[in-house]
Amino acid sequence: MTSSSAAFARARSEDRAALVGYLPAGFPDVDGSIAALKAMVEAGCDVIEIGLPYSDPVMDGPTIQAAAQQALDAGVRTTDVLRVVEAVAATGTPTLVMTYWNPVESYGRVSGRSHQRSGAERFAQDLANAGGAGLITPDLTPDFAPEWIAAADERDLDKVFLVAPSSTDERIAMTTAAARGFVYATGVMGVTGTTQATAAGVAPLIARTKALSPAGADLPVGVGVGVSSGAQAADLAVKNGIGADGVIVGSAFVRTLLDHPDDRAAGLRALAALTEELAGGVRA
Amino acid sequence: MDTTGSTGAYGADALGWFGGAGAFGGRFMPEALIAALDELDIAWREAMADPAFTGEFERLLTDYAGVPSMLYDATRLSEHAGARILLKREDLNHTGAHKIRNVLGQALLTKRMGKTRVIAETGAGQHGVASATAAAYLGLDCTVYMGEVDTERQALNVARMQLLGAEVIPVKSGSRTLKDAINEALRDWVASVDETAYLFGTAAGPHPFPSLVLSFVRGIGDEARRQCLDQYGALPDAVAACVGGGSNAIGLFAGFVDDPEVAIYGFEAGGDGVETGRHAATIFAGSIGVLHGARTYVLQDEDGQTIESHSISAGLDYPGVGPQHSALSAAGRATYLPVTDAEAMDAMALLARTEGIIPAVESAHAVAGALRLARERPGQTILVNLSGRGDKDMGTALEYFGLGQAGTRGQGETK
Repeated sequence: MTSSSAAFARARSEDRAALVGYLPAGFPDVDGSIAALKAMVEAGCDVIEIGLPYSDPVMDGPTIQAAAQQALDAGVRTTDVLRVVEAVAATGTPTLVMTYWNPVESYGRVSGRSHQRSGAERFAQDLANAGGAGLITPDLTPDFAPEWIAAADERDLDKVFLVAPSSTDERIAMTTAAARGFVYATGVMGVTGTTQATAAGVAPLIARTKALSPAGADLPVGVGVGVSSGAQAADLAVKNGIGADGVIVGSAFVRTLLDHPDDRAAGLRALAALTEELAGGVRA
Repeated sequence: MDTTGSTGAYGADALGWFGGAGAFGGRFMPEALIAALDELDIAWREAMADPAFTGEFERLLTDYAGVPSMLYDATRLSEHAGARILLKREDLNHTGAHKIRNVLGQALLTKRMGKTRVIAETGAGQHGVASATAAAYLGLDCTVYMGEVDTERQALNVARMQLLGAEVIPVKSGSRTLKDAINEALRDWVASVDETAYLFGTAAGPHPFPSLVLSFVRGIGDEARRQCLDQYGALPDAVAACVGGGSNAIGLFAGFVDDPEVAIYGFEAGGDGVETGRHAATIFAGSIGVLHGARTYVLQDEDGQTIESHSISAGLDYPGVGPQHSALSAAGRATYLPVTDAEAMDAMALLARTEGIIPAVESAHAVAGALRLARERPGQTILVNLSGRGDKDMGTALEYFGLGQAGTRGQGETK
């Protein structure tokens, strides 16, 4: 397992931002998602985020919803997601799972009524066994995450929580104190894949997050939600110490695959091309 | 009026937990919405402590909504049932259900917070109609999210909302029902939170919604308790309500939860029968998970994916339930049991023919449950929340009973 902080540190040493790429597991199918994510690694993603398809994804716009629904309709299971993690993490690239909370809380539940809450514990162990770096939790904030924080701390897993333009200073301080790996700053107030983030728009949040992070933690800030092009990546990426330490792209990758439903090879080529464009952007 | 929104020992703590920290409720939400939820929580608490606000709310309920609804002694139904059945007539409220209480409270709060637009989700359309009504009355813009499936089975309510000036957006994602309408409303809210309030339609969702909604609907139970004592000189032996998300039920139960001698029953939608898997009996047959921001009982598979619920009643067709109900069940204070589609439809016909009251198919689940209780409790008094009227369900009744052809009496006869 490699913490995502290693990838951020390497990017920083190269005086650029890290590129974080997202795809849901099981889209277009399990093996197809492994091939796609490996193509993104080869073409220049520094960190991989694997989406765990969920029936009620409130932070996702239509593009990621459609991909996740396709995966669920095809019967993808949480164990399949972990198989994708294992295959991608084997490349040596830090690999995180982005998931809504209930599938983690429910992981390995014995059927029937159960009051035990060791789902987080079981998921953390199997994620670590698969070589996964940690979790990004879009609907779990640190104040409601004691089980996950304990399970992650025991295994040195990354705990990537989100901060938003609407977050108070107090909550940013609380969130950065609980984070490991990096902090995910949502570039716009909205769901994935709908509006475009700008450097000017997100700068205040990045500045507040840096200022409110625990002294000496040197926690990287990745910007996601509303990032889709190389030009945007270039606009957002850190330059002379100002800007995002990481640029997180999801819907644009998903759309690329959705645009090539019948030709996998063409889809992978387009995915690699988009990755290269974005990788160029974070280095601009 | 009780302005705390709590139900004594059964209320939520400061983080929204019912039944102890980490048990039920809480706030599992995107960080982007936390500031709005905190703002709402503070504004709500301040409003409930401000006599100007609570006075205005009570005035609107009385002058506009027809509250307090009467407590009615259903003697002919009682004769049939073998126990005395009292009906809390929420079906007589303006817009035809208890929902008007909640939306008037939340819409007043929206105005107080200086916001100009409300969004709402709706299943059967009752909360959507109530929201559109309150928005029209208070001069707010209104957008209602409704599952595409529900827009088809409740077309009349879509028309009502439109006539009231609301925009109705059909939700085409997921199972295209209530749960997906909630998802879509939350997505709207993430992007519009500065000027928009989310009028949540039931006592579920992230803190403070379960407690906030309860504070606006608890009049049902407080009035019923007082009416029962005034009119009959005693508390009922049992109270009963239907439970989907559970707002009418929690409103009723709040009035009696501190009376240990009163048994409390929630009746969930048993659909085709719990054993068929096609039902919405979340507490009875579900497991603990997190849905729409709260830890509660959920219909879910082994991986924590939400399972589609089934009920003849769109208003009960929801795979989650308000967290306070989960806590009341876990504490053993309330009992939750399923009532099938067939039992509910029979009860609908029975109430129509014995009392001349056509209940909403949701409320018919409570009536059916009360009929069952009556067999276990002969001669006792059972107070039922008749949460809504059945006008909106005539299409369902027409199809179910084969009605609508003049010259016959249909198959809904009970005698």
